Amino acid sequence: MSSPAPTLPPRLEVSGLTVTFGGLTALDGVDLTVGAAAEAETVALIGPNGAGKTTVFNAVCGLVRPSTGSVLLDGLAAPTSPTRLLDRGLARTLQGLGLFTGLTVLENVLVPVAGAAGAAETAAAALARLDLQGDAATPVDALPYPVRKRVALARALVARPRLLLLDEPAGGLGSEDIAALAGVVRDVVADGCAVLLVEHHVDFVMDVADRVVVLDFGRVVASGTPDEVRADPAVEAAYLGLVAA
Amino acid sequence: MDRLVFLLATGLARGLVVALFALSLVIVWRAARLVNFAQAATATAAVFAAFAVTGATGSFWAGLAAALLAGAALSAAVERGLMRRVPQATPLPGMIVAIGLVMVLQSALGIAFGPRHRPMVAPFDERPLVVGGVPLLSPYDLFVLVVALAVVGLLAWLFNGTSLGLQLRASAAAPEVSRLLGVRVPRMVTLGWALSGAVAALAALLLVPTELGLNAHSADLLFVHAFTVAVLGGLDSPTGALVGGVAVGVLVSLVTGYLGAGVAPLAVLALLTLVLLVRPGGIFATTEVRTA
Repeated sequence: MSSPAPTLPPRLEVSGLTVTFGGLTALDGVDLTVGAAAEAETVALIGPNGAGKTTVFNAVCGLVRPSTGSVLLDGLAAPTSPTRLLDRGLARTLQGLGLFTGLTVLENVLVPVAGAAGAAETAAAALARLDLQGDAATPVDALPYPVRKRVALARALVARPRLLLLDEPAGGLGSEDIAALAGVVRDVVADGCAVLLVEHHVDFVMDVADRVVVLDFGRVVASGTPDEVRADPAVEAAYLGLVAA
Repeated sequence: MDRLVFLLATGLARGLVVALFALSLVIVWRAARLVNFAQAATATAAVFAAFAVTGATGSFWAGLAAALLAGAALSAAVERGLMRRVPQATPLPGMIVAIGLVMVLQSALGIAFGPRHRPMVAPFDERPLVVGGVPLLSPYDLFVLVVALAVVGLLAWLFNGTSLGLQLRASAAAPEVSRLLGVRVPRMVTLGWALSGAVAALAALLLVPTELGLNAHSADLLFVHAFTVAVLGGLDSPTGALVGGVAVGVLVSLVTGYLGAGVAPLAVLALLTLVLLVRPGGIFATTEVRTA
């Protein structure tokens, strides 16, 4: 009789995460799992402005120190230094893109793999994935915003992460760019990378997310499939500022 | 006419040394957003190390290697031991600490070696070569020219053609983002300081044989000219440092040759004032730099 195969830990497991800034509680006991049993999936973290979504990202990345709670990556404590995130398979994009002005598209994408064997080929593949080959030698400052968003995504993907955090990836994009972005996210997940995204664009979220987690005032107020969350009165209350029945 | 050609040629050689020193200031500025007022003092300390090694071995080249190593090590130690602990929300505390370090280092060098100038022998003849009856550069000037151009080329290759240079540029441009992308930013900052210290020590070492000699203040005027150059060119611009260095070198040479050495500092000051009035961020500065 063979023993059952051991269950792999989730890509990301956030438990009881509480973050306070002075007297303000930004996150209050947040529980969140992405990629249970190491399976790739897309989880969307939504909520009104100030709900704590980006704070979750920052706590996962070691940019803010939690008061209590834990963040595990593949079952092990997340590194306290953001420098070691890529080594643990985690990459993220930033709301403000955070591209290196003055550097070309290719140079921006090369930074995470600088010094690694085959960096040029890896970067070329990431540029091709986002249809950026023609812009490789262009300084990022000279590109329109939608293209710069693709550069930020290519830079996050270049090190082949196992968990990708996307901070408002659809913000500022038109419908065509959003459709293309949805295709890229689906491809990334199909390649085995779990995705956690923060987003305000509801149609995009409902299109790409396997599960949705709703934050309000630093607490999880709802979670489930897109349809379940859409039907949850607590979500409507959170967005409209009402008290849930 | 002969005199003009001679002054232009020597101005070019001296200007490239000034450009090297200005490049060292630009490197630190790009790495740490700090004008390192202690650059001259640390470079002078490194030249004293070179002087000691040359004296012990009889080899200028061993002294040159010692200057590079001492400059890099001293600057890295200053960054790790001192500057990293200074509040960095604004550049002012770092600059004040750097000025304090100047006093400490120059006093220590003065106490250890006294006030007199120690002659440093150049490795090549300093008498100008005469071509077609016109005195031009000396073999030592040619050596300085070649070394300065080679170092500028090496720095350009390092920053623009290597993965280390890419990480140095990235961590200077956006340290927080760089950390998220796996760049060891503190290591890059230390490397930037070490590189800057080595380049400054080399520039000071190249200049000292043509000056009065070595004492605790040997690189002071070099720093003043290089600082002027860095401001002229834009503190963030290696191209500005190179072009500005040559411009200041030629200006000082021409003014010294035609009007006298006493007028040269005034000419540099006038040039600085003019550029600051017309283009306050520096000739080669970008908008981001002016608002940084």
